[in-house]
Amino acid sequence: MMNQYDVVVIGGGAGGMSSALGAYQNGAKKVLLVERDIELGGILQQCIHNGFGLHHYKEELTGPAYAERLKQELMDTEIDIKLQTTVLKITKDKEVHMMNEKDGYQVIQAKAIIASNGCRERTRHQIDIPGKRLSGIMTAGLAQRYLNIDGYLVGKKVLILGSGDIGLIMARRMTLEGAKVLGVAEIMPYSNGLNRNIVQCLHDYDIPLYLSHTIAKVSGNDRLEQVTLSEVDEKFQMKEGTNKTFEVDTLLLSVGLIPDNKLLTDISVKMNPITNGAYVNDKYQTNIEGIFACGNSLHVHDLVDYVSEESYEAGKNAANYVLHQNKVKQNIINVKSSDHIHYVIPNQIMLDNKNVAFKFRVTKPMEKALIMIKQGNKIVIEIKKRHLLPAEMENVKVNKKVFKYDDDISIEVKGV
Amino acid sequence: MFKKEMTCIVCPRGCILTVTKKDGDYQVEGNLCKRGINYGIKEVINPVRQVTSTVKIEDSIHPRLPVVTDKEISKDLIFEVMDEINKVTLKAPIHYRDIIIKNICGTDVNIIASRSMDHI
Ligand SMILES: Cc1cc2nc3c(=O)[nH]c(=O)nc-3n(C[C@H](O)[C@H](O)[C@H](O)COP(=O)(O)OP(=O)(O)OC[C@H]3O[C@@H](n4cnc5c(N)ncnc54)[C@H](O)[C@@H]3O)c2cc1C
Ligand code: SF4
Repeated sequence: MMNQYDVVVIGGGAGGMSSALGAYQNGAKKVLLVERDIELGGILQQCIHNGFGLHHYKEELTGPAYAERLKQELMDTEIDIKLQTTVLKITKDKEVHMMNEKDGYQVIQAKAIIASNGCRERTRHQIDIPGKRLSGIMTAGLAQRYLNIDGYLVGKKVLILGSGDIGLIMARRMTLEGAKVLGVAEIMPYSNGLNRNIVQCLHDYDIPLYLSHTIAKVSGNDRLEQVTLSEVDEKFQMKEGTNKTFEVDTLLLSVGLIPDNKLLTDISVKMNPITNGAYVNDKYQTNIEGIFACGNSLHVHDLVDYVSEESYEAGKNAANYVLHQNKVKQNIINVKSSDHIHYVIPNQIMLDNKNVAFKFRVTKPMEKALIMIKQGNKIVIEIKKRHLLPAEMENVKVNKKVFKYDDDISIEVKGV
Repeated sequence: MFKKEMTCIVCPRGCILTVTKKDGDYQVEGNLCKRGINYGIKEVINPVRQVTSTVKIEDSIHPRLPVVTDKEISKDLIFEVMDEINKVTLKAPIHYRDIIIKNICGTDVNIIASRSMDHI
């Protein structure tokens, strides 16, 4: 007979570990965590800087330390863990097809599946860089992995494209290891990184940040030798006569992350084109019953603490689903993002008297703003904010008792 | 007259502060709230940072072990700390929070392991 589990979790990063714990601690008896790498931790293992865990562990930890703490919690449970095992495919009937060297191809029957398999970095192919294919151009996350896990510095003279946190952190990290970082270029007129990273990664080492700049040209023979930046106008068109050329051997791309969801799209789970993650309700359940999604494969998070919180909930809900298959029918209403809100999660909620956490990002930086949660055209909740940034995900907890009607919910923000 | 510009990082607002020193007294301008004053003055008198890096390790699953200072250390010492860290080669196993270098660069700060690494 096919091997059976109550809950199978795909991915052993912060999200997967937290959801396995959530499922186990809420009554799921047989829980399996599947990770393709040689150890648990996911992206945390290469994020050796600190700044993790302030909410979850009330202590500032490095990425590997955060992973270690979660791993210790897992060791006190009877959760089964398979390492170096890749999930190749799942089915609507909740079969999990996986492969590893020892057992070969295996199929496991699950009652619930949680997809927590993280995200990928946007590569050169997904943005347009004019010029030849050269060695020395790579994503910042890959360079981070080479340096922090394998101890290999990818270049000596570096330029970074994209001012998100990964780019900023790598600017400091490569400087500390003896490389010269000539600058960070950002096409937007503002940085996508946290202020703290701009100060402690760039200002501390006098690394210039070129806002409203993009790459006009890359050149070299086999290896990268030169990168030319150009300033852009409001329509992101390059301005003539603003070119600056840098002699560098390395260009790191930090131009965004995209949730990795092939496993879900293959079985036609309904996807959100803005987040590139699944549409989920407030149980983190996709449109296919018993299939849940959380962590960076649902939407890209900047704080691991929120990944843990959300994924623990997803695990708990998966356990409840397994234990109480025949649920009471509940009223379900849609949640939409409106003016200046880029996206919101969840996309549906069940009307009951529990709490829901609305997570969303604004489309542009805003000073003195008013966030409004509306049902139909009635404002149910208003929250004043001094400052909103696209780089920082907002997380607003609401008791669902306040939603008294069957109308859709929308989240809006306006300047005041 | 001493004068320094910086971004306050205490909250996401990121005020641009100007810190000046006149007759031995520090003054902060550009701050929207009181917390900016403390931050600005501290950044001028004694800026401190946490340092994270890796050290070489043998007989373990990875060739590098991530490490961190157990307290913040003076910003001026960062590169000296890096030099010391880069001199070390460890042998697995190492446990989370083991002290790797005690009292680095003559301070009361230790370099500790960010994670455990088993022997293979
Ligand atoms: C460079 C960087 C810096 C960051 N800095 C900070 C910070 O300073 N502070 C902070 O709080 N947060 C930070 N974050 C955010 C936070 O760390 C991440 O959002 C979080 O760790 C993501 O966890 P996850 O489990 O969703 O994804 P991941 O950690 O990516 O885990 C996904 C796991 O799934 C596995 N997997 C994928 N596909 C399969 C498959 N088919 N079969 C089996 N396994 C599979 C992968 O191997 C991986 O281990 C940072 C993120 C990045 C990328
Ligand atoms: S001065 Fe106050 S408001 Fe301005 S960034 Fe600092 S803490 Fe925030």
